[in-house]
Amino acid sequence: MRRNERLGATQASEKSENIEGEGMRILVVEDDKDVAGFVVKGLRESGHVVEHADNGRDGLFLAASEPFDAIILDRMLPGGIDGLRILETLRSQRNTVPVLFLSALGQVDDRVLGLKAGGDDYLTKPFAFAELLARVEALTRRGKGEGPATKLIVGDLEMDLLSRSVRRSGQKIDLQPREFLLLEYLMRHAGQVVTRTMLLEGVWDYHFDPQTNVIDVHVSRLRQKVDKPFPTALIHTVRNAGYMLRSDAP
Amino acid sequence: MEGHAAELGPTGPPPRTEVSPPSARGPVHPRFLHSAALRFAAIYALVFGISALALALFLWWETAGVLDRETDQTITADVQSLIERWNQGGVPALILTIDNRLAENVDDNAIYLLVDPALERIAGNLASWPDSIPLDRTWSELPIERAGIRSLARVRRYTFPDGLHLLVGRDVQVRAELRNLLTTALLWALLVVVILGLAGAIIVRGLFRRALANVSTTAAAISAGDLSQRVRITGRGDEFDRLSETINEMLERISRLMDGVRQVSNAIAHDLRTPITRARTRLEDAALHAKSEADLQAAIERAIADLDGIVAVFQALLRIAEIEAGARRSAFAAFDVAPLLADLVDLYSAVAEERGISFLLESPEQLPFFGDRELIQQAIANLVDNALKFSPPGGMVRLSAENTGRTIVISVADRGPGIPADDRSRAMERFFRGEAARNTPGAGLGLALVQAIAQLHAGGLSLTDNIPGLKAVLRLPVTVEAVHRPPAAAASA
Repeated sequence: MRRNERLGATQASEKSENIEGEGMRILVVEDDKDVAGFVVKGLRESGHVVEHADNGRDGLFLAASEPFDAIILDRMLPGGIDGLRILETLRSQRNTVPVLFLSALGQVDDRVLGLKAGGDDYLTKPFAFAELLARVEALTRRGKGEGPATKLIVGDLEMDLLSRSVRRSGQKIDLQPREFLLLEYLMRHAGQVVTRTMLLEGVWDYHFDPQTNVIDVHVSRLRQKVDKPFPTALIHTVRNAGYMLRSDAP
Repeated sequence: MEGHAAELGPTGPPPRTEVSPPSARGPVHPRFLHSAALRFAAIYALVFGISALALALFLWWETAGVLDRETDQTITADVQSLIERWNQGGVPALILTIDNRLAENVDDNAIYLLVDPALERIAGNLASWPDSIPLDRTWSELPIERAGIRSLARVRRYTFPDGLHLLVGRDVQVRAELRNLLTTALLWALLVVVILGLAGAIIVRGLFRRALANVSTTAAAISAGDLSQRVRITGRGDEFDRLSETINEMLERISRLMDGVRQVSNAIAHDLRTPITRARTRLEDAALHAKSEADLQAAIERAIADLDGIVAVFQALLRIAEIEAGARRSAFAAFDVAPLLADLVDLYSAVAEERGISFLLESPEQLPFFGDRELIQQAIANLVDNALKFSPPGGMVRLSAENTGRTIVISVADRGPGIPADDRSRAMERFFRGEAARNTPGAGLGLALVQAIAQLHAGGLSLTDNIPGLKAVLRLPVTVEAVHRPPAAAASA
């Protein structure tokens, strides 16, 4: 229900993070004052309701006692309870709130450990706020449980997941398999910023940054097919962040 | 028969005395026991002593024991035949038989005694029932005196249903003497065993110490700071040689890692200073001279980009270090390299096409491999990335792979400027930037990362001239696991 609202959202602000103006409740568990302040401020500016805990004990208490749409969790926390413990405790209580780890522990094994413990995403410090915001918002979408949708619709763009076909304004668009996946990812996150690393991970299953601008090239090819023959563009570039698929027309 | 266990019993304790000295010495010199050499020597002496004891017991069983058993069998047979006589002819026949037997006994070693229930003698060559023999015991040892000579007899008692008691025996004095002789000989042998055991223990200790001295001298030199020292290999190919080889391999690895650390700290000192300086300058310049907010904004954004670049360099460095430390071997699994190559081509062909470069792939259908999929993907991606970066428009990049049976060879060839022969070996060092790379983005960590990944998989990276251009060849040995555990895709195909 909420998803459809989002997909049909028409508010065309460049601050696209929260199109329908309905904020999410997000818990930030982070002990570093500067980082926490920056994240909390940024999330509030994007229209979300944010609670902050600066140690593991308070974080666990808040996470366990109040409902949140997402939790941003530091791995290393003072107070005897670290991020992993918080997550493990929550998951053992069948709490399925989406959790994004925000950690300075950046080794591959750390990431694997965090995801294995039940984390939904893992972002290494230092990070760009746009990346964090995009990932948190993508998480809450994932957390809603979309069900086996067979059709994705954004504006006049339609994607049939069963017949693997795409139409815009009734006109068939031929896509390569990977282009199809790329467009599917963008459509599933319509109205949200999608960063280049999210696309690399989500579409190509790459977990490192290539030196060249591979993603930009793929997106520009997709634009050639999806946007160029039509009067309005659906795929927008969000400066310093990534891309967003959204329909401006009502 | 029952008597034997009791007879063997007393011979037990004496041999044990030879094992006790080493352990008895322990508490007196507790520090002595802290020596592994001494412990080994003691174990040697103990094992030697136990073997000797087992041998002595066996000898005893096979000599004195056999004689004992023979005597017992003779006596038992004698008793049996007397019982039969009694069954056939009653007491008179029994008395007659006993007298006959005594008369026929040439060796004069037989003992018979038949008494009535009141223990009054009826027949036999003993004067009266010996006090030392109770009426409820079957077998007994009986000291006797015959013709003035003290002697020892082994006797068996039997009580007839009508209350008569029968005693049948044999003089075993000769056997007892033999047993004494044997005991003396064995005790002497045990003394020899103790001496040999101690001598052997001392030799074992010496050998052990000498073998260890070699390793411990080297280890001492290394902890004193001389990392070039290696354990001497005797060439005998024994366990100690193998230990030494393992230690030497470990030392090689440690010094390689140390070199890596040194190289990285030098690199950080030199190469990261530049971008940090740039970012700092931009910010300071903006703080001092920015005319408008837009100027300030632009300067800050550029500085953030600079910092992101520095972070990327750090991440690459840490990743190389992580891979070199070998910690990622836990993520090894069986997978197929072929679809991974196809995906890479899929990802990069768009870039190649945009720049007018033709990008070709030559690969077999399947390339089963055992390793870290993500790292192999990154290694090949780095090589392709490099090749595309240095290829002029209209150029060609060829990604090819083949399985030579034991090794998967993946090569990436371009027609770019290449790397001069002199620089090729250094190109895989961290932060190396070739002349041709001066004007391209990058930190000079790509090939270092590829090499680290190759080495983690026991393979290697080599750079050759593609005339013109560069050909990077990644060799990845296929381990047994890849053959035995084919990837799920290959198995179902």
